[in-house]
Amino acid sequence: MTVTRRTLMKAAAVSALTFALPDGTTGAVHEPVTRIIPSSGEAIPAVGLGTWITFNVGDDPVLRNECVAVMAAFFEAGGRMIDSSPMYGSSQPVVGYGLDQLGRPKALFSAEKVWTSSAEDGLAQIEQSRRFWGVERFDLVQVHNLVAWEAHLETLFAMKAEGKIRYVGITTSEGRRHDVFERIMRAYPLDFVQLTYNIIDREAEDRLLPLAAERGIAVIVNRPFRQGELTRNLEGEPLPGWAADISAATWAQFILKFILSHPAVTVAIPATTRVDHMRENMAAAVAPLPDAAMRERMAALVRDL
Amino acid sequence: MSDWWTYRPEDFLLFSPRVYWRMFEVHNAALRPLQLVTLATGLTVILLALRRPIGSGLWIALSLAALWAFVGWSFLWNRYAAINWAIAYVAPAFGLQALLLAVLGVRGLVFDRRGIAGRAGMLLATIGLFAYPLLVLPFGRPLASAEVFGIAPDPTAITTVGMLLAGRGRFVALLLPIPLLWLLFSGLTLHTMGDPQAWIPFSATGTAIVLVVLRGLAR
Repeated sequence: MTVTRRTLMKAAAVSALTFALPDGTTGAVHEPVTRIIPSSGEAIPAVGLGTWITFNVGDDPVLRNECVAVMAAFFEAGGRMIDSSPMYGSSQPVVGYGLDQLGRPKALFSAEKVWTSSAEDGLAQIEQSRRFWGVERFDLVQVHNLVAWEAHLETLFAMKAEGKIRYVGITTSEGRRHDVFERIMRAYPLDFVQLTYNIIDREAEDRLLPLAAERGIAVIVNRPFRQGELTRNLEGEPLPGWAADISAATWAQFILKFILSHPAVTVAIPATTRVDHMRENMAAAVAPLPDAAMRERMAALVRDL
Repeated sequence: MSDWWTYRPEDFLLFSPRVYWRMFEVHNAALRPLQLVTLATGLTVILLALRRPIGSGLWIALSLAALWAFVGWSFLWNRYAAINWAIAYVAPAFGLQALLLAVLGVRGLVFDRRGIAGRAGMLLATIGLFAYPLLVLPFGRPLASAEVFGIAPDPTAITTVGMLLAGRGRFVALLLPIPLLWLLFSGLTLHTMGDPQAWIPFSATGTAIVLVVLRGLAR
């Protein structure tokens, strides 16, 4: 999909502005971008919270409370979507602990996954995850990395029909199995897909993102910073002066704004253990976002660095 | 899954280095002052092997068996498995090692080899017992996160391998695979974390394999 000014304007038109957010650098109040979930029309803030590695802290009370602080900053900045998986070690109980500590924020949009090769174990695993989170029901359950996807999708669509979950999705990461992913996107009435997309890994732009837009499927972007590798590599490099034109004060914001400016992207889910990084990420979800020409300039700059 | 070849070791690393090292700190704090008991047990095991009183082989084997069972249960099952689900499949191997040590100890293990392999083995056991906890100093971590014999798996495995190199018995070779495989696994985990300490479990494994070969050649 070629990102044109027209598609960007269209994306802007479906974005709703709902929360007031202080700018991480100037203190000015901006409004973070929200996106519409096509299958329901529900608006959701464009930056969510991932839990891969960062929330897997076991029983360590100090680290658990650091996660609570990150969650508190996330909700305070208007965040809603938290994404986890049974694959992420202790992340699920840590999220549940955080929700308890924060008094069960009503804004929460719970995104979980089913990850078991046994079709029979899917329901029991989702129930176990639900208990870890301490929620009445999940908003979204996704088939993690397409493991036993046919059987699990059948289960998830049945759960959606019974009102036990609100949305159904599938996930992949780092460009794996895009051919199968595309086939499922064409064949099933999915609400969400989750995939890897960032300023370096742009394979999804060729087929999956245009298909999601065409089919009315919301897109969650994982690994926006390539697990921190992107921001680490750019550390020490000066941010170009023209980054100010899109209000990007840091490399993390520069990268997130690139992702969020793709019209097919609904939510990006960076993971972090630090409150200041969380605030920085949330502050990236504000206008202005780059246009098509600026996007190519940004990608070229990072590629050359 | 048909795309296993696309995964890298770091894709299976579910936790950050900070969480990994904090795990030892929290575990030590929960068990303190048990470290003194396990260190004293380790010292007794080495002294028994050096002095060789009658029946010492059984007590050495039973002491090591008890510590393997304890480390498998307390550290792997109750602590490490919380951040790494794969450890739930590894912890039973520590139970099996404990069982093997106990059974083969009863059937007759003697720790009296004094060839190159035996002496080097005793040195390796001593390093696992006294030097391993001090690794936190050169690697810049707090002393509270020290890996202690009988509490943490790596020094327990190194000291056990060292003792077994000085051991003699019909099935002593059966006792080596689990500790050596653990050290390889641990080295791989540290290497994936980008931690230079990885070379220590790798070196211990390599040294033990060379000594086992030397011992075989000396027969």
